[in-house]
Amino acid sequence: MSKYNKVFAYVALTIIGIIMVFPFLWMISTSLKTGVDIYSPSIIPKSVTLNNYARVIEDSNFLVWFKNSFVVAGITTVSVLCFDTLVGYTFAKLPFRGKNFLFIIVLSTLMIPTEMLIIPWYMMSNTLGWINTYWSLLFPGLTSAFGIFMMRQFFMGVPDDILEAGRIDGLSEFGIFLRTAMPMVKPAMSALGIFTFLGNWNAFLWPVIAVDKPDIYTLPVGLALFSGESYNQWDLVMAAASLATIPVLIVFFFFQKQIIEGIHMTGLKA
Amino acid sequence: MKLSIKGRQSMWAYIFISAPMLFFLCIRIYPALYAFNVSLHKWDLLSKNKPFVFLDNFMDLFHDQVFKASLINTGKYILFAVPIGLALSLGIAMLLNSITKGASVYRMVVFIPYVTSIVAVSWVWRWMFMKQGGLINNVIGLFGISRQPFLDSTSQAIYVVISNIIWQALGFYTIIFLAGLKQVPKTYYEAAMIDGASPWQKFKNITIPLLNPTIVYLSVMATIQTLQVFTQVFNITSGGQGIAGGPLNSTVSVVLYIYQLAFVNYKMGYASAATVVLFIIILTISLFQMKVLDKKYDN
Amino acid sequence: MGRKVISLILAGCMTFSVLLAGCGNKNEAPDSTPQTSTETSTTAAAKPVSIEYWQYFYETKVNLMDELIKEFQGANSNITVVQKHFPYDSYQQKVAAAVSAGSGPDIINLYYGWVPKYVKSGTLQQLPEASFSAEKIESTFAPMVKVNKIDGKYYTVPTAVRTLGLFWNKDIFKANGLDPEKPPKTLEELVEMAKKCTKIENGKLEIEGLTFQPSGQLHSWFRPVLLKQFGQEPISADQKTVQWNASENGYKAFEFLVNLAKVDKVGEKDFFTDDSTAFISGKAALHIDGSYRLGSLKSQAKDLNYGVTVLPSYNGVDTSFGSFWTNGITTNATGDKLDASVKFLEYLTSTDVMKTWTQKIGEIGARTEIANDPELLKDDKLAPFIQQLPIADSYFYVDEDADRKALMDAIDKVLLNNVDPKQALDEATAQVQKLLDEYWGK
Repeated sequence: MSKYNKVFAYVALTIIGIIMVFPFLWMISTSLKTGVDIYSPSIIPKSVTLNNYARVIEDSNFLVWFKNSFVVAGITTVSVLCFDTLVGYTFAKLPFRGKNFLFIIVLSTLMIPTEMLIIPWYMMSNTLGWINTYWSLLFPGLTSAFGIFMMRQFFMGVPDDILEAGRIDGLSEFGIFLRTAMPMVKPAMSALGIFTFLGNWNAFLWPVIAVDKPDIYTLPVGLALFSGESYNQWDLVMAAASLATIPVLIVFFFFQKQIIEGIHMTGLKA
Repeated sequence: MKLSIKGRQSMWAYIFISAPMLFFLCIRIYPALYAFNVSLHKWDLLSKNKPFVFLDNFMDLFHDQVFKASLINTGKYILFAVPIGLALSLGIAMLLNSITKGASVYRMVVFIPYVTSIVAVSWVWRWMFMKQGGLINNVIGLFGISRQPFLDSTSQAIYVVISNIIWQALGFYTIIFLAGLKQVPKTYYEAAMIDGASPWQKFKNITIPLLNPTIVYLSVMATIQTLQVFTQVFNITSGGQGIAGGPLNSTVSVVLYIYQLAFVNYKMGYASAATVVLFIIILTISLFQMKVLDKKYDN
Repeated sequence: MGRKVISLILAGCMTFSVLLAGCGNKNEAPDSTPQTSTETSTTAAAKPVSIEYWQYFYETKVNLMDELIKEFQGANSNITVVQKHFPYDSYQQKVAAAVSAGSGPDIINLYYGWVPKYVKSGTLQQLPEASFSAEKIESTFAPMVKVNKIDGKYYTVPTAVRTLGLFWNKDIFKANGLDPEKPPKTLEELVEMAKKCTKIENGKLEIEGLTFQPSGQLHSWFRPVLLKQFGQEPISADQKTVQWNASENGYKAFEFLVNLAKVDKVGEKDFFTDDSTAFISGKAALHIDGSYRLGSLKSQAKDLNYGVTVLPSYNGVDTSFGSFWTNGITTNATGDKLDASVKFLEYLTSTDVMKTWTQKIGEIGARTEIANDPELLKDDKLAPFIQQLPIADSYFYVDEDADRKALMDAIDKVLLNNVDPKQALDEATAQVQKLLDEYWGK
């Protein structure tokens, strides 16, 4: 690639990067502001204070909510990685009757907005005594059609002869999946892991209905306490929201390399 | 009875999917059928009575101006957010693909919007697009463009929301595109270089065809997600204290309307009817897109 | 083979769900609240009973309620009150989910505008005559509570209420040659002073004379305050007919309102994102808002030099808008629970609790006697709100959001689409009338 092109790429990416981070930086900057300064349309604080962070951590149950969110997002991510990978593989590589029909059923579950599932979920949880438990926060996210669809696409890129070789070697069907196929889609699994973790980390609509004790709130539910009838404590919202992005960025940082590097082995293949 | 290889494989297939399918049945499909059933009833969420009204809710929807507006708006969200979002992220992914030094930092930067709290960033958006003294108006003022009302305009508000949707989704799309690009063998490009192909020819004849599965996959997902856009509209246009949906319903999306019907007006039957209509629309579009996708796999 | 497996799975699912349902029935109605009062007292004969109270999260309210509950339990050792609270934004959703699933609280704190919906659905029960007769409520509580008398019956009663007042920025007054200690007393003065304080530089609005936020308190100022002052009752006495456009006076009131932004140009929607932010940031001279704003002004804008006064009068009519969060007993409470709930409600609406509430929360105790309490009137910022207690009026909503939206849309139609104000008001009135007809089952 020519030097000229490279310079162009860096300049373009830097401009795009600035646009992409700017609102994020504004959020951080607001979290460092104090008093009416938070309402000035300027990104540079008049004076910098960590007071908002201190208040969020000391005056609210922030650390407990943080932990709850981490547990919920962590468990759902592991569960999704196990189930969605296996189901995605089955849809991609194993022959069985009713496959297309079942796959469309799975996909169609993506087409009902979560908003409409809340009432049936609540009734179910209420009858079964799940309300106010970790389980009630967890159960809707244990598998996701989004992940099944994604893994199906990636497994389709795995050549059949590799799996056949496993069969000839006498591996069981599960063994073929685990030893032969899965290692080839690890990058996709990393991506799925990030997106699942993030989705559950940010989930709000269901958790706010499912639990009613502050010590079992997840982070987004806890953050909602900073919004009131007549005004929102934006300084605290911004501080808490900034803190909330840290773990996700860390998760991303650890997984991203794997997504990018390993993917060319398999990936989405025509 | 001895099973053939195929028979054995399909037995294992059923075993593999049984637990998750059971789960789907209880957690997703049963509630969906429940909503379908409710759509045939008139149900005030607080009330114990759910009289059966057959298709009355659907007839009402047919005459509902707000529902009509929400369908048109959702169409706009799809038409703008999906193609622009995908095109931009493909461009960014190609740029990211062409550099090595500092690539991980740039990747992180592009991904940041995707992890930022929507509530927090919606507030920032309102400040940026403020009519008087907002950042965007100050910037376009430098180019001699007069102040725009943005969120206070029935014609512009929806594009402010769309800009936020695109901004936030870019990280997700870019990462997937990047993954797709990495699999295009470098030798293809080298061969094209020897043939003296222009960058545009390379893009058109190599990148696009080889990326096709990724593009189709992303368009299916992006369409399904954008058809259900809710959070951004809700947070940006409610102004913290108002009623979401923009001036004169100019930004209200179908799911936002469903949400308001169900949880503000407590008209659960009516909201369910709107859900059924939305479901049919999404299913139709997705099946159409999947058909395109499946065709690619046959080749 | 495939079909067999599918039917097997389906059968499995069914047994599974039947089992689940079975488990659920066994665990039905578990007493989720631990019995904490173990002391044996003279009232040992009274059976221990536990009741649940729900409100939305507002830190000082939640903390005060904890204290009040402690005091109440001290006097009634057989009763345990469990307080649960939820984020404000999700409160309605949470209550609806719980009620529809047949669970939920015994005593519930609701915005007064939601009460008709809850009454119609049968969620609330009528307050017992013995403790809360209509006569007793009307003779001791502020007149605004009458808004929630439905078919001659009361279902809820508030601890405290809020009225609207006029906030003014003294520094902006001074800068424009106005006496910073003399806020406007009439609508004419209000417009005149607002015009003087409005600052536009190079076509850019720098300072608003009067905030203009339809989604804020502007709509409550219009109905009932402006309508009444212009000589039009907003709704018929039987609460079945909207009358915003019933006379020329109704149109005049609406035109006055929209002209503030359209002709006088003293304020603009979403200026500094919203009205209270503009006022807190010192970008607005005059601002109409409730007493609850005092708290955020105190915590966020320590240096703001402002005063509060009663709403400006017009045509000799002095009135204000009153709103309140009110307490009802749900149909969940029966037998002992009902008795305990009534007792707790009596306690919550006692004069002493109201006084404490006024001092700690900044909402005004709902009994008329509070308006004459010299101790409470000492606070010069709170006093104007308290003074308006006897003259403030509420407005009857059957669907608060839809009603507010109808008015917001009417204002937007005039300001953004240049629709004739009369037509816009007619359309809004028709929309709200439809809501009322639906409610009353026409």
